[in-house]
Order: sequence, then structure tokens, then C-alpha cells
Amino acid sequence: MNRLERVEGQAISLPDADVDTDVIYPARFLLITEKKGLGRYAFADRRDEPGFPIGVGNDRPILIAGPNFGCGSSREQAPWAIGDLGIRVIVAESFGEIFYSNCFRNGMLPIRLERDRVESLRRIAEANGTILVDLKAKTVVAGDLASISFEVADDRRQALLNGWNDTTRILALHAADIARFEAAQKRAAPWLWT
Amino acid sequence: MSRSLYDKLWDAHVVVDSGDGKALLYIDRHLLHEVSTPQSFEALREDGLEVHRPGTQLAVADHSVPTHDRNLAIDDPQAAAQIALLERNCAEFGIAYLPLQGNDQGIVHVIGPEQGFTLPGITLVCGDSHTSTHGAFGALAFGIGASECGTVMATQTLWQTRARTMRVTFTGALQPGVSAKDMALAFIAAVGSSGGTGHAVEFAGEAVEALSMEGRMTLCNMAIEAGSRTGLVAPDEKTFAYLEGRPRAPSGEAWEAAVAHWRTLASDADAVFDPEIVIAAGEIAPQVTFGTSPDQAVSIDSALPGDGALKRPMQYMGLAAGAAIAGLPIDHAFIGSCTNGRLEDLRAAASVIGGAHVADGVRALVVPGSMQVKRQAEAEGLDRVFKAAGFEWREPGCSLCVAMNSDRLPAGARCASTSNRNFEGRQGAGARTHLMSPAMVAAAAIAGRIVDVREALA
Repeated sequence: MNRLERVEGQAISLPDADVDTDVIYPARFLLITEKKGLGRYAFADRRDEPGFPIGVGNDRPILIAGPNFGCGSSREQAPWAIGDLGIRVIVAESFGEIFYSNCFRNGMLPIRLERDRVESLRRIAEANGTILVDLKAKTVVAGDLASISFEVADDRRQALLNGWNDTTRILALHAADIARFEAAQKRAAPWLWT
Repeated sequence: MSRSLYDKLWDAHVVVDSGDGKALLYIDRHLLHEVSTPQSFEALREDGLEVHRPGTQLAVADHSVPTHDRNLAIDDPQAAAQIALLERNCAEFGIAYLPLQGNDQGIVHVIGPEQGFTLPGITLVCGDSHTSTHGAFGALAFGIGASECGTVMATQTLWQTRARTMRVTFTGALQPGVSAKDMALAFIAAVGSSGGTGHAVEFAGEAVEALSMEGRMTLCNMAIEAGSRTGLVAPDEKTFAYLEGRPRAPSGEAWEAAVAHWRTLASDADAVFDPEIVIAAGEIAPQVTFGTSPDQAVSIDSALPGDGALKRPMQYMGLAAGAAIAGLPIDHAFIGSCTNGRLEDLRAAASVIGGAHVADGVRALVVPGSMQVKRQAEAEGLDRVFKAAGFEWREPGCSLCVAMNSDRLPAGARCASTSNRNFEGRQGAGARTHLMSPAMVAAAAIAGRIVDVREALA
């Protein structure tokens, strides 16, 4: 997985609430079984609207989104497509939970902030200002705003900082724990093992 | 310490507790479909990994399958390739696959319970957000992404954050003509599309106890539309009666031992939920969504709101603020999906028809949720009722709930639909979706406009 430590650049603003993963990645493109190169399908049914801010050729690594961004379907094509457009950090008041998890699995950082902080970053984005996201320090710094701290689970932060693969890491660290759990479950709930 | 049902399920599956609200959670069962797993299997190959317990996995194709002419080759080469890839991947990794031409194919959230693969007390995941459906059995079930599907296959575990718990109690009894779908839509409208985010939602109360397993599945299915990955109903005698004798359910002594354990799976009397929401079931009228988020729903006898924040959804839906939802003409009707594609749903829809015919200019589809549902419906003669009324009787699949198969609506089409999402483009680019119950969709198909099914039944 791609490491992520510091992301600095201009940001896109997409203020709409409840931007669901069907809008981010329309279902008809789910027939594609690849995970690379999906950016060309991102927001396929929205991007021709006048002034729509995201599309192929994007050079801004940060997205300032609206509340409940990425709600709906679990399709990981949503973060794959956004990531393929070069976006590494998404800031919003809230996220769809599965989308939020999926971002971390793909070297992307979703940041939850209170509404007024999201809106102050949005103003910087709309004025084409530069935003600096520092995952080590867990801060967002932009323009003349005071440094904004954000919360992120420590295991997810470490995984992003180190570019860890969740699957192989679980096997490397916890194979014995898993075996122990299974032995106990076989005794306690044998009907799950027939 | 008193524990909720969610707490009991969580505690029973902790492999490693990291002490900060996160745990490595053991995953008992994994359902696979063709859309969310190609990249998961690819990740296993890249890392040189095998499937840890193939016997705990079950696969079926549903999203991209055509719902007509099942005996012919699939027209769309991308869909054909995707389905063939699932079959190949399952063969390579030793995972059971229910074939498209077989007697057990269906939508993944219909076949899990049907097969007795879904059981109380287990953790169950699937690369599909409507995995919350299986919580109707008292299972901790939630949707995951494709990367996580790979992790589950290789390790039988996932790192998870413990959710907060919300309880939604439906007191009293539903009015005639009102169903689990209306309960779900009323709940989502009450809390909003992200009101359940970070929470596991337990549904309780007399009206939930009175629901069949099908109804409970409808209710839990839509928990995700309120932002909650997990819906739950405590298992009871109805749950056990539904499961007994199913092909993958335990039998004999194992069944007795399992049921004895399952009886302990209820929230303790003094378990604490935050928040507690109480909804009077008798006050719920048939619900209809008017916007492009499932929380944008009104009672059939209400006018549409006029809030400026709804400008974009109302514009997309071609609706004016303050107008009545009743009487709105439709040109498509869809009965099916993992929300409402079960036998009880088809019965409810058929019961509204009463010898009438689908209105001129309306195209109406009935898509059973599985081959078993289809066969049972045909044994009861429901297919003849639908066909005589002018509905198309299709083969099982996700169909117009996801529109990534041969069923898609044209731009501007207005559809009365039993599915779960009214998102922009969900039934086809530019198509407009009104979510409602199976009985309401059948009544709308007959009338050619959105009507109050309570009047049709009166």
C-alpha cells in the first residue's frame, strides 16, 4: 500500500451533502474487474455539469467534501476512482462508514472535522490556497488559519505512515491468537465447525 | 455488567483486544458475489495466500446477472466475464459456488438465510452494504470493501471499531396495508441518512416481534440507509422455526445445543442504549421517498416539503415543493431486491392486484429474490396472478435495484420501486426512483400513479 505522511497542495471543494458511492462511481462501471485506472469513470454522471470540480486531469490532492460523503454502497471502486485522480486526503464533517474504512486500505486519508472547520478549509480551497496535511502531527495547516488537529485511530495512522498490508500483517502478528480463538470456539460453539 | 445483544456478539468474537475500542474480530461466515471479489482474489494471489477456511465461504452471482432468458448465453460480455471469473476463482480457492443455472441461485442476502448459512450468534460479512440484512437473525453482520474481503478470506478476521448502540423500539401494531418497509423508511426519515453512523441499531418492540423473518430482514436491510452498517433483531422462536432443517443449518444434537445458546442472545433488561428511539407503529402511514436520499420520505397522505436544501434532489426528481406525492404518475414499477424480493413481499404485492391490470404506459417487473422464492411463488400461483395483470415475471437477481445488468431505466423514467436506494442514477442514469413497499408498488402499477394502498385494500 502507498505510504502517506504529508500531503500538500490545493484542494477541490464539493460541498453537496450525502454524495453517495453511486454518484462517485456509477454502478454500470462495476462490471470492470480491474482496480487501476478507474479515475476516468469517477462522477461519470455529474462531471459534465457546468462548474463540476472533479475530473480527469485533476492536480489537487485534497478534497473538501460535504457531510456524509461516500454513503451507500460498499463498492471500493469509489476510493479507487478518486485515488486514481490523485486525491489522497478527503476532509468532511462525516463519512459513510464503509467508504471511510476503504480509504485507509488504499493509502488515502479521510479526515472528520467539525462543520465550521470544514467550511473554513473550504474557503481556502475555493480561494486556491494551499493546504498542508501532516499525518504524523495529526494536523491540517492552511492560510492564516490556526493549525487544526484531527483524530484518527492509531492503528490506521500507523498503517498509512508505514504502508502496511493489513492482511499479511495480521497473519504475521496474530496467527497464534487466531488458532487459540478457533480452538476455544470449537469447544463453545461446535455447530459452527461441522 | 449488563450487555446489549451487540455487546454479546462482539465479546464472543474478540481475538485480540487492542484496548482502545478496537479489536481483531473473528469472522465466522463470508458471502461472496461477482462484483466485490475479483480484486480480493487478485490480492490473495499477489500475496501468495490461501483461503483460511473455505467451508465458511459461500458464493453466488446476483448483481450483474440478466433476469431473462437464463438458458441463453449472457449478452453483455463484461457481465459474462465477471460471472465466469467468480466461478473460476471459487474453483481455484475451494469455495462453494451456487451456479447461475441451479436451484439455489439468488440475491446473496436472500440465499444466505435460505441456505441456513446465516445463523444467530455469528459474525457474517459480505462485500455489500446490505449485509445488515442478516442481523435479522441476531447475527453481527456488516458490509465491507473488496480489500477487507481478501483479509477475511486469508485470515478469518478483521480489525474493527466497537460501535455505539442505538435501540429503535416500535410500540403497538401496524395498520393494515403498512409493512416492514414502511417501518424502515419511517425510521430512516426520523434519524436521517447518517443518524445511525457509528452505531449498531437494535430493532425491538411489539411491532418488530410481530414481524415475520422476511419483515425483519427488510427492516435490518435498510439500517445502512440510516448510516448504520449493522441492524439487529434478537432471535426468537420465529428465528429458530425459520432455520430448522435448512441445508447449512446445524441438525440433531448440534441443533439443540445451538438453540440453547441462541436463546441467550437478547439484550439484558438493563442494557443501556444511546440513543433510544421510540416509534408508534400504529401511526406509521405508507411511506414514499420523494428525493435522492432514502431519508427523504413522506407519508402517502402528506405534501412534499419546501426546504431550500432539497433543491437539487427535487429538481432531479422533477418535483415541486409543497405538491402532493399521491397522484404522481409513474411509468415503471419494480418489485424485487434484497429488501423486498422474498415470498411474503410477492404475496403482499399480488394481494393488491385483485384481477386488475397494470395501467397503460406502465412497465412492471417482478423479480423474485431467489430461485427458491420463484419456485415457491409459482407453486402458489403468484406468477399467474402477476402475468395475468401484465407484470413481467423474471429470473432472480438484483435487477433494477442496481442497474448494472440488462435491467436499466432510461433518463427521466419515474419508477415505483421496492428497492433500497433512490440515489441519482441508481436505476439508470437520469432515472427517478420512489421507494415504497411491495403493496404500494403493486397499487401504483395498477393505478398508473402513486396511490395509498390502504384505499386500494379498503
